[in-house]
Amino acid sequence: MLDLNTSAKNTWCPGCGNFAILNAIKAVLGELNKEGRPIENVVLVSGIGCHAKIVDYINANSFYSIHGRTLPAASAIKLAKPELKVICFAGDGDVYGEGIEHLIFSAKRNMDVTLVVHNNRVYGLTTGQYTPTSPLGFRGRSTPFGTKELPLNPLELVLASGATFIARGYSHGIELLKNIFKQAITHKGFSVVDVLQVCVTYFDMYEYYNKKVYELKEAPGDNYDSALQKIREWDYNQDKPISLGVFYKKDMPVFGQDLAREKLESPDRKNKIKEILNASI
Amino acid sequence: MLINASAFIFILASEILMKEFSILIGGKAGFGIDKAGLIVGRLFNRLGYRIYIYRDYPSIIRGGHTFSIVRAAEKRIYTHKEKIDFLLALNQDTFDFHKHRLKDDSLVIYDSDSVKIEGLPNTIKASAVSITKVLKEENAPEIMRNTFIIGALSKAVGINFEKLGGVLKEVISKEIELNLKVALRGYESVGEYNRKEILQQKLLPLITVNEALSLGLINAGLDAYVAYPMTPSSPILHYLAELAEDFKIKVIHPESEIAVILMALGFAYSGKKAAVGTSGGGFCLMTEGLSFSGMAELPVVIILGQRPGASTGLPTYSAQTELHFALNAGQGEFVRFIVAPGDAEEAYIWSGVALNISWKYQIPSIILTDKNLGEGVSNFDKESFADINEENPVFWDRKLPYKRYLDTPAGVSPLAFVPEKDAVIKINSYEHDENGITTELSEQTILMQDKRLRKEKYLSQELSRFEAVKVYGKADAREALLCWGSNKGVCCEAADELGLKVIQPVVLWPFPVEQFKNALTGVKKLICVESNATGQLMRLITGLGFKVDVKLFKYDGRPFSLDELKNKIREGR
Repeated sequence: MLDLNTSAKNTWCPGCGNFAILNAIKAVLGELNKEGRPIENVVLVSGIGCHAKIVDYINANSFYSIHGRTLPAASAIKLAKPELKVICFAGDGDVYGEGIEHLIFSAKRNMDVTLVVHNNRVYGLTTGQYTPTSPLGFRGRSTPFGTKELPLNPLELVLASGATFIARGYSHGIELLKNIFKQAITHKGFSVVDVLQVCVTYFDMYEYYNKKVYELKEAPGDNYDSALQKIREWDYNQDKPISLGVFYKKDMPVFGQDLAREKLESPDRKNKIKEILNASI
Repeated sequence: MLINASAFIFILASEILMKEFSILIGGKAGFGIDKAGLIVGRLFNRLGYRIYIYRDYPSIIRGGHTFSIVRAAEKRIYTHKEKIDFLLALNQDTFDFHKHRLKDDSLVIYDSDSVKIEGLPNTIKASAVSITKVLKEENAPEIMRNTFIIGALSKAVGINFEKLGGVLKEVISKEIELNLKVALRGYESVGEYNRKEILQQKLLPLITVNEALSLGLINAGLDAYVAYPMTPSSPILHYLAELAEDFKIKVIHPESEIAVILMALGFAYSGKKAAVGTSGGGFCLMTEGLSFSGMAELPVVIILGQRPGASTGLPTYSAQTELHFALNAGQGEFVRFIVAPGDAEEAYIWSGVALNISWKYQIPSIILTDKNLGEGVSNFDKESFADINEENPVFWDRKLPYKRYLDTPAGVSPLAFVPEKDAVIKINSYEHDENGITTELSEQTILMQDKRLRKEKYLSQELSRFEAVKVYGKADAREALLCWGSNKGVCCEAADELGLKVIQPVVLWPFPVEQFKNALTGVKKLICVESNATGQLMRLITGLGFKVDVKLFKYDGRPFSLDELKNKIREGR
């Protein structure tokens, strides 16, 4: 039996939305292991923030990176060992703020990694500042009179940037989350799951989300325009219905297939270097 | 005795005169001057001369003034001289900016359609050639002005046309027939001026130090090179990108230097040996990743091509400005290895050693270069040193359950790489326990910090098997030139002529104190030569208790020429 627990003591607040993500991902990794995708072929990458502790809590290979920098490390791990499943966990401050360049470029390349965003729309670990997805007027510790800027719609951004799997989950209701995670992880290409993960301490949105969320009924298509339309239904600011599920799924070539090769052995390298030098006389 | 000695010196001097000369070719950026310099260099390389090419260009794509100085000599050379024997002027600026370099017996070949020669002393011979007119007649593009003037030079120095044609065919890929035709027109446009003899010595490859450095990395087992374009390190990216297919390595140009270093660390985690290349500005962006490398013990080799700063500074010129940045970059305290090669052979050797050391000790290595060193073209003699081989890091022996950060006497934890059925491999930027799980406990923090820092002691011991401080020139001289990196060549040549010793620390951290002390034996006056304004090596060694007597610092972005350095040394005496 696969034991994914570690000795680390969980330090998330009681009721934190991260527990749902942790439980869902452990369940999915267990299922995948059973289905012949062994756990040693999985690498978990996290940034810095409350979300990132998740890698301490799962007994699997992990790369606990620095703030905003999950995706470039994850990309290289995948390029180095194409047989691996690389899953990034990032916060909204982490990947939509500090490291947004890597988000755009990973999507642009259709890098074959999965990104799970713990989007609680507030900085938790630094005690309550606004993030790129906080609603207009959000009163955080750095914006005591309310933000003066509109939030990003991260799903619109990743669609425009070239991501080929785009979904939204919610930290209430583990079954849907499991379903989405499994689809995202098994998708070949850059898959993004924005999880509305509630921070009970600094921005408790449970009551609001419970009223607003609904599940997408139709199967995800590869039509850009209809995906865009669905993604634009809620802009992370206005008081609108919030759809959950997979918005977009498209088969596209992934980056780096030509790089799946091992360097020459030492004697061959030395011979080639000799040839190059002889040609430089 | 006296008479004999001076007679001998006279013969030696005239020998040098005959067998050593410099050619300056200049024009507008976009004229292909750089390529032309390489062709001239290769031409004389084939005649048995040793070559050094200095390349000077502004930070613009078209227009502006670009020139190369090709110096040829019988012995190995590493620098250019102020004075020149041949001036190939493709535009007016070239003549105006460089006529002060001409000697009494120099030859100027110039395009009489676009260049006016005025105020030239009678002794200097000037050969007018009508390049613009000939190109029109041959219906040849402007870039072939080079080919024409190289043809003219070849005739002037008595190289037969077949030899020139052979080199052109190797170097030029486009429109070779037309190029040969234009070269022949150039060849026929002047008379022989000063025939250069063919030297009977082994021919050596002519490469840039950047190329030597790249080949050194490949030789020592590089799997991946990741870089964002930045002068003066971009040529390494270009060169390795060209070679990637052949050697089956991965060369990636991602979105920023931040992505660059994080990718390198991702490769390291997966067991792939990665190097990155940048300059000061890009290295600024890498510093958080550098510190991560120190904490997570993920090896990476960083090539730091220095240039004049602060900030954007003079992007296409040269300086030694980042030693203290390299020594101190990144938050926190961690072990690093810093090396500054001074020529092509050292670049090849030490890039390989840096890769091996990074992996053996699981630390970041920084290779300091600069524009003048990296892009300078010189000979490379691979037979002059014992080749470096790829070394394996310490691997997990599978006896005990795997711990990524196992505490060991030398501080080096055995490595395992994903995917590994019997091990969970966790790396962490936070302080962590031996398993890589985050910790904030006091005793764990001390244990792991001690483990990581302990590696420096073993690294220092290992470095004592290398010539980490090199000594050249007159062994018992009381005066010594102290230099590092790109000033090595010019210091060695100046020291030979002035009877001085040269001390060049190649390893800059961990600083090879014992070897440095030995090198200083008998030295009463230490003259510190650096290409920066504040004396970065001087400040490093002063902090270690050594003393500099004379400071020769140059910080206009241009390298010391041999004559200039000799004059400065004389003034400083």
